[in-house]
Parts: sequence; C-alpha cells; structure tokens
Amino acid sequence: MTADLTGPADVLSVDHIQKRYGAVLALRDVNLHLKDGEILGLIGDNGSGKTTLLKILSGFHQATSGQVLLHGEPVVFRSVSAARHAGIEIVYQDLALVNGLSIAENVFLGRERYRGPLRTLVHRRMRKEADEFLGRLGLANLPGMTEDVANLSGGQRQAIALARALYSQPKILLLDEPTAAMGPRETAQILDLVRRLRDEQHVSILFVNHNYAQLLEVADRVNLLRNGRIRFDKEVEDTSLEEITELVISEVRRALARQTGLPLEDAQ
Amino acid sequence: MSTDVSAPQGRSRLDVTPPTHVGGVARVSALYSRHREIAAILISVLLFIYFLVRSGSLFLGSNVATLGQFIAPIAILAVGEAMLLICGEIDLSAGNVYALAPFIVMYLSQDHLPVLLATVLAILISAFIGLVNGLITVYLHVPSFVTTLGMSFLLLGIVLVVTNGATGTPPGGNLYADIMGGGNWSELIWAICMVVIFAYLLKWTRFGTYTFAVGGNLNAAHEASINVARIKIWNFVLMGALAGLTGILDGVRVAALDPTSGGTAIMFSAVAGAVIGGTSLAGGSGSVIGAFFGAVFLETLYDGFTLEGVSEFAFDIIIGAAILIAMVVNIRFQRLRVGRRFEELEPEGDEA
Repeated sequence: MTADLTGPADVLSVDHIQKRYGAVLALRDVNLHLKDGEILGLIGDNGSGKTTLLKILSGFHQATSGQVLLHGEPVVFRSVSAARHAGIEIVYQDLALVNGLSIAENVFLGRERYRGPLRTLVHRRMRKEADEFLGRLGLANLPGMTEDVANLSGGQRQAIALARALYSQPKILLLDEPTAAMGPRETAQILDLVRRLRDEQHVSILFVNHNYAQLLEVADRVNLLRNGRIRFDKEVEDTSLEEITELVISEVRRALARQTGLPLEDAQ
Repeated sequence: MSTDVSAPQGRSRLDVTPPTHVGGVARVSALYSRHREIAAILISVLLFIYFLVRSGSLFLGSNVATLGQFIAPIAILAVGEAMLLICGEIDLSAGNVYALAPFIVMYLSQDHLPVLLATVLAILISAFIGLVNGLITVYLHVPSFVTTLGMSFLLLGIVLVVTNGATGTPPGGNLYADIMGGGNWSELIWAICMVVIFAYLLKWTRFGTYTFAVGGNLNAAHEASINVARIKIWNFVLMGALAGLTGILDGVRVAALDPTSGGTAIMFSAVAGAVIGGTSLAGGSGSVIGAFFGAVFLETLYDGFTLEGVSEFAFDIIIGAAILIAMVVNIRFQRLRVGRRFEELEPEGDEA
C-alpha cells in the first residue's frame, strides 16, 4: 500500500448532490470524496440511494442539483460513454455479459477490431489480445477465448465483466456489489483482484457492498449512505465491524421508533 | 491508510475455479452451444441416407433437383427468420410479403418498366415493409409477434384486393426466368448465396455480433453503446427483402402467381427450419447455416414422404414433433449448462 497519509488528492468528488425523481427525493445532499488510489467502501440499505449515486457518477442519470468534480474540475456526464471517455467505468451486479458470445467477443463488445473494405472482424487478433489482457490481469485458468460465457462459473463471469471494464484503462472504477451471489472462494478471488487493481494499476475504486466484513477486508475507507446523505466517514483502521454493525442497527432502531412512535428502547 | 485488516494473500493469481467435473454430457452441451447447426446437419444427412436406401434411384436423379427447389425458398426465409429470432424478434408477415412481391414485379412491368428494374423495386418495397415492421416494433413498443401478425393480414388483404383473387403470370424473358428461379438449380444457388452472405454477416461483422448481443442481453448491449434500435430495424428490413426475393423466385419458377401461395404455411415452415437448425425462440443464440439445414431436413422429409406415398397429414405430425423436440433439446442443454454453473457457486467443504 503506497498511498501517503498527508492526503492524496481527490480524483472524484461529489459536492452537495441532490437527485429527485418526481416527488421522490433519492439523494438529499450527498458529499463524497474518492481519493487517488484508494478503495472507498460504500454501504447503505436498499433505497438509501447507493444505486442512484452510482448511476449519476457513471453518466446514466444527471443530478438535479450539486456538482460532480473530476480531478477538481466540475463535470456533467450526459451519457455513459461520456463518463467512460473521462476514465470512469462501472461494473453492475447483474453482469453485463452476453450469453451466446465468446469470452473474447464479450471483452471486445462495442469496440471490435475489424479490417478491410467489408469491415471484417479479426477474431484471431481479438482472441489473442483478450488472452494477453486477461493474462496481464492475472486471470489464470480461464477456458479458451472461444468459450461461450454461458458455460462459465459465477466468479469467472464476474472476472470477465471486470476485465471488460478495465480494458479501456479507467482511472476510476465503480463496483456495484460484484461479489453478490458468489461463493466464499470466488469472492476471495474477486476481492484479491480488486486489491491488485489498486496496488498495481493505481485505479481508484468506489466499492458498494452489503457485506461489511468483506468491505473492511478490502477497503481503505468506509462511507455510510442513509436517507440520501452520507452519515459516516472513517478510515478502515479507525473503525471496526462492531462499530459499523452497531451504527447500522441503531439507525434501524431509530427508523423503527419513528415509524411506530414508540420510545427508542422499546422499538426493536 | 494501509489495510492491516487483511494481510495480502500469497495467491496473487486469480485461480478461477475450473469446473469440478466435466462430464460427457456437459462437454456435448458445450459443443452444441458453440455449434448449434451440428444437430441439424447430422439429422439431414441421416434422413437423406435413409430415403436413399429406401427409395434408391427414385430418390436420386431428377428428384434431387426437385428437392433443391423445395429447399431453396424455405431456406432463404429461414435465414432471415433466424437473424430476427437471434436479435429477439420474429416476422409473421414474411409469407405475405412473399405473396405480394411477385405481383409488384408483374404490375410494374405491365407499366412498361424494365423487368429487372421492376424486380429491384419490388425487393425494395418488400424491404420497406420490413422497415415499417421494425419501426412499429421498436419505437411504438409493440411486440413483433403482434406487429407482424397485423402486417400479415394487412398484406394478404392488399394482395387479394389488388389481384381480385385472380392468378397472374410473371413477366420477363427466358434469361430472366432462368436466373430468377426458373433454371433447374438457380433457386438453390440463390439460397446458398444468401446463406453464405448472411453467415458472414452474422459471424464476421459487428452487425452480427450486435445481433447476438441485442437478443442475448439487452442491458449489456445498451452499456456497450450499441444502437439497439438500429440493429433490430435492419434485421426486419433484411427479412422483408429476403421474403420479397423468395416470392419472386418461386413465382418465376412455378410460372404462375397465386395470391394465396404464401401466407402462414410457408412462414411457419421457415420459422420451424430456423428452430430445428438450433436457433432459440427466446433470442440470443442461433445459426444461419443451421437454419439452412433445418430447411433441408424439413423438405427432405416432405419429399421422402411424398415418394413413399405417406399422406400429407402425417407430415404435419412430423413437423410438429420435430419443432417440439428441437425446442426441448435447446432448453434442456441450456438447463444443463446453467445447472453446472450453480453447482460451482456452492461453498466447497474441503476448503475450510
């Protein structure tokens, strides 16, 4: 780990972002800072606004008010490809792979290599490049590049989805629960890959995960999003699984108390 | 801010777990998933040999040319339907585009247009019908099943009104007739050309890859900045053009235009050919070469039955059964593969 304590600069910051869908206020007032070369873990219940925030950062939605700053400069991403162009890639939990296409075809989807007047695809070159790229990422033991991704395991598929996102060499990676629905062994492998992306490729990563223990294992810092605001922001070494769990539970208690009108101690 | 919580692990490679057991069935299903046309080719050849042994010389000779004429129209239509099915759509109106197109050629050449120009215009109009199907399906969000069903009736009505239900005669001289389906092998040559062109399109161009992507995972296609609407609409356009071409070829070959010649029967044969050839009705997988051999299978069966004097009614039983079997095989293989994937997701006992 090379990040220095005197404070690496923010690569991506979110400044008083608000997002409204009609009458629903999905994000109230979010301030978030992703520092250079760090893994920032983001937790929060369903409906807390995590997905909305990721969608704004990846150019899928635009904020109602507030600013997104990339390297200190205000930016507005009007489309996913605009965000991608600026070096931000996102990997969704529902894997964006196409069954029926091979590993190489999936890695190159949307940026195929072709040549000649007929724009003939050069499958051989794409296979070779995909193979080399996956090798550089340290993804060993994948089957041949012509294998249909439908035949791969959950971990292999997630690895290909990550590789797809990494192919354009993003500086910033947004991960939306990449280990959901995965066994412990494959989860460990994906977390290991995420760690190596930070250490070896110097990618800054915003990592959304429901599993707090997993998150503490891999993240440098943790933020908690609740009711459209960041409620908690601590370095991983200054907090613990107990503190985070307690925090989440007390928030749930408070919410229950609000709903039921009972005193805090009784509302459980 | 170093992460002391996790000591970096010794394993720096992502040893993605290889399948725990790769059985014979799994291997066959993996092969089938990559080469869906294999089954159709195999059963076509077997069927051909079967009839050859049973009927001997009767099945050979002039019959082979006839067989080619049976196969060709179904094959061309099946190629278009396979492309559409792969991108997640279907065209039920192809049979009536088929019926309409040769009449357009006839009327245009009666208006003193050169027959070649009339032919090109008729195919363009057929493509335009495909365009309308595509636009309605994509932009008005009407399922293609419904769009093209409506279009099918609309076209049948137009053909019947315009022709008054009467048959017509295809225009053109001998050379035109020989090239456009009249010659012994000409229609089959057209069919093979179309198969080659579309097989290339599907496998060796971005359009083909995107056709798979759009039918296989719409979200992934969107995320990869693929213009989903354009891919779908173009496939409808191509289907329309192929249906028009087929109608003209068949009209010239038979040397008579029948307003009720097309319709749902020929369209369903084409869809059946595509499905028997390994194309999934659910989209995302399929093969143009498979569609061709699906047509070969259907028509060899039909031809063989005719030679053996089996009733045409029995033929429908076979087609129905063949489609059901093809669909069940498709879905079973998918289950097998997905099942294998989930087995691997379970935590392994020997790890801890």
